Amino acid sequence: MKPLVKFGLLTVSIIGTLGWLAADGVNQSKTYYSTISEVGQMGKDAQERRLRVGGDVAEGSIQRLGREVHFTLMQDSLRMKVVYAGIDPLPDTFRDGAQALVDGRMDSAGTFHAQKIQAKCASKYEAKPGQVKPGYEPVNQKRAS
Amino acid sequence: MENLGALCILLAFCFGCYSIVGSLVGVWRAKPYLVLSSQRAVYAVWALLTTASGLLVYGLLAGDFRLAYVAAHSNKSMPGLYKFAAWWGGQEGSLLLWAWILSTYAAVVVFTNRNRFHRMMPFVTATLMVTQVFFLILIAFVVSPFQVLAVGRGITEVPDGNGLNPLLQYWTMAIHPPMLYLGYVGFSVPFAFALGSLITRQPGDAWIHTTRRWTIVTWMFQTCGILLGAGWAYAVLGWGGYWGWDPVENASLLPWITATAFLHSVMMQEKKGMMKIWNIVLIASTFFLCIFGTMLTRSGIVSSVHAFAQSPIGNYFLVFLALGIALTLYLILDRLDYLKSESRLENVLSRESSFLFNNLILLASCFSVLWGTLFPVISEYVTGEKVSVDAPFFNRVNIPIGLFLLLLTGVGPLIAWRRSSVDSLKRAFLAPTIAMLALIGGLMAAGIFHFYALVSLGLCVFVAWTVAAEFWKGAAAIRAKDGLSLLPAMVELTHRNTRRYGGYLVHMGIVFMFIGFSGAAFNKDSTVEVNIGSAFRIGSYDLTVRDLKEGENENYIWHHARVEVRKAGELIGTLEPERRLYKSSKQPTSEVSIRRRLNEDLYLNFAGTSNDGSKAVIQAYVFPLVSWIWVGFLVVLIGTWVCLVPSKIKMQFARTEVVGVVSERHVPVKS
Repeated sequence: MKPLVKFGLLTVSIIGTLGWLAADGVNQSKTYYSTISEVGQMGKDAQERRLRVGGDVAEGSIQRLGREVHFTLMQDSLRMKVVYAGIDPLPDTFRDGAQALVDGRMDSAGTFHAQKIQAKCASKYEAKPGQVKPGYEPVNQKRAS
Repeated sequence: MENLGALCILLAFCFGCYSIVGSLVGVWRAKPYLVLSSQRAVYAVWALLTTASGLLVYGLLAGDFRLAYVAAHSNKSMPGLYKFAAWWGGQEGSLLLWAWILSTYAAVVVFTNRNRFHRMMPFVTATLMVTQVFFLILIAFVVSPFQVLAVGRGITEVPDGNGLNPLLQYWTMAIHPPMLYLGYVGFSVPFAFALGSLITRQPGDAWIHTTRRWTIVTWMFQTCGILLGAGWAYAVLGWGGYWGWDPVENASLLPWITATAFLHSVMMQEKKGMMKIWNIVLIASTFFLCIFGTMLTRSGIVSSVHAFAQSPIGNYFLVFLALGIALTLYLILDRLDYLKSESRLENVLSRESSFLFNNLILLASCFSVLWGTLFPVISEYVTGEKVSVDAPFFNRVNIPIGLFLLLLTGVGPLIAWRRSSVDSLKRAFLAPTIAMLALIGGLMAAGIFHFYALVSLGLCVFVAWTVAAEFWKGAAAIRAKDGLSLLPAMVELTHRNTRRYGGYLVHMGIVFMFIGFSGAAFNKDSTVEVNIGSAFRIGSYDLTVRDLKEGENENYIWHHARVEVRKAGELIGTLEPERRLYKSSKQPTSEVSIRRRLNEDLYLNFAGTSNDGSKAVIQAYVFPLVSWIWVGFLVVLIGTWVCLVPSKIKMQFARTEVVGVVSERHVPVKS
């Protein structure tokens, strides 16, 4: 066999294996981004997929019961109950009013079981463009959260 | 002051534009003085940006809270180091840092090459300045670091600022961004030389010889940046991991992968005159991935824990990337004749082919990381649903890739150029293979059956053996000839061919890192709620919470637990994990406490107290072997430094140099 052919065969087999691993990995870990209202509309489908839902942590809703953490995620007027019992400690930025992303699955009772929680501090000064222009208020007043 | 700063940036922008036009027109019209003045303009850009950066840093240190940037990222009670680090703590400042580093590099390039490469340099200058001007457009017109708060709104005083994000108030975090930027920005230089040599139709090698050292230094900075970030995540974020496949981490890894591929495939070009197109493609990919990485961090197109605010600058980056990639592709396709390979692949069992596999595999890894990172964007575009993939996907693809690369690290250097006989391979690999199988057998006898961990540790022994054998053989030869003892003989050996033996050291460092990565298969964790004075157990440690203390300083309020660590009844230390509440940002952070040892780390996080305050919630982890990652990092650094030392004996390549016949023809280059 010519070296180039051999090399080509090896290459194809390596790329093939990796492609297979990649496809498998995607299936294992794919997570659908959705909002709380979309989860509501999904109905039964919501229980079959891994979801990543974003929202704000409702004020005063965080409760620690043993190893579990219960809280409510809200988006405008919609609410969703979340239970977290993962191993990783909650991020320091996770607290009342923070924007949180929760990863996990819905159960049939409508409670979301999160396996992972990411949180961004809502009080961060850098607002989205167009939201608050710098110069409108002194910084200190915008820090309340 | 803010006016002066903004003026400096604006003037730098003008000088940058002048430098581009001056270099190109100077070459086109053959006006050496115009070219010279455009190179002087590069120094002016540097001086202006240095002034602007100085002003911003002064504002941060002096607490000039009228400036929006200072108010958002600094406050009075922060230690001076972090006030200084706030320079790169936010969007505007970090773009200024980018621009300043680039201008510094450009000034160094222009200065060191002032009497060389008269044909290529104008284009090198122009390429660097185009990038420079792009960043100056951003900080001059889109996200100015000298924005003043509350102009004309009747507010005369802003008493204090928000302070730097407490998570960033940690020493490695203070140096991680500049390191990463030194790496990111540094790849513009080899790219500029590559482009310069393409435009002026130089035969493929000139730019590689000039920028080889530069690429190694840049690669080193990038490596430092990535690993400092990993070290920071481990010591600060409280979850005990060092790598989470977060989009921003991936963004720093992508150019590192292509740069690593480049450092290897360059050897093919130097020694065999092969892969010239490929090398240009690799260095261009590295440069564009650096820009892409900056865009990913700055524009918020994919959600990430790190991402700075959503901002409008993403589109500017897209335009820059599109134009840059189009121009580079055109140049490569147009100049294909100058990039012909001088030899061919002769055998699958050869050094050439091991380099090819190394490149193939690195590129596959790069592609998978890029694909995974952009998956939400791509899936939203194709199916309308935003789907993300996370750690399991990346691990599934990249662990086998990593192990295969580790194997090549051991095998590659021992295979001969052109072709290797099966017999010689048997001789070279018999001993290390036996060592590998012995270790795997031993571990299995000890009850360890984790597949990847076994393969990884086995390969570590294999590679370490081959590397050690190379040093041993070389040193033994010198010893026999010059009568030196073993250690001086090894130093002498390394000094004779620093790139080769420095490279081996880097490989050894990578082996150590893989030992550290393998440890992750045996991590233990437990979260407990314990009374003060009572004990719990993790791994072989007995932990007793002694007491809880509270206190405050002007920056934060702290609350810590004192935990005694006993092993087999004997007190071996006290750990004090802490929680802090930063006053100005009201943000709590946890300061983990780690007992670092080479065999395993004991890692404690104080998660808080129970509601009535009588119990402490402690998260305890045992991370076996993780310290080897940092040991490996040091070895990689040392190896890289060795590579940079000039070799005692000039290497002689057994290949005929192609003399640039075409390049001597003086054609006016249109641009």
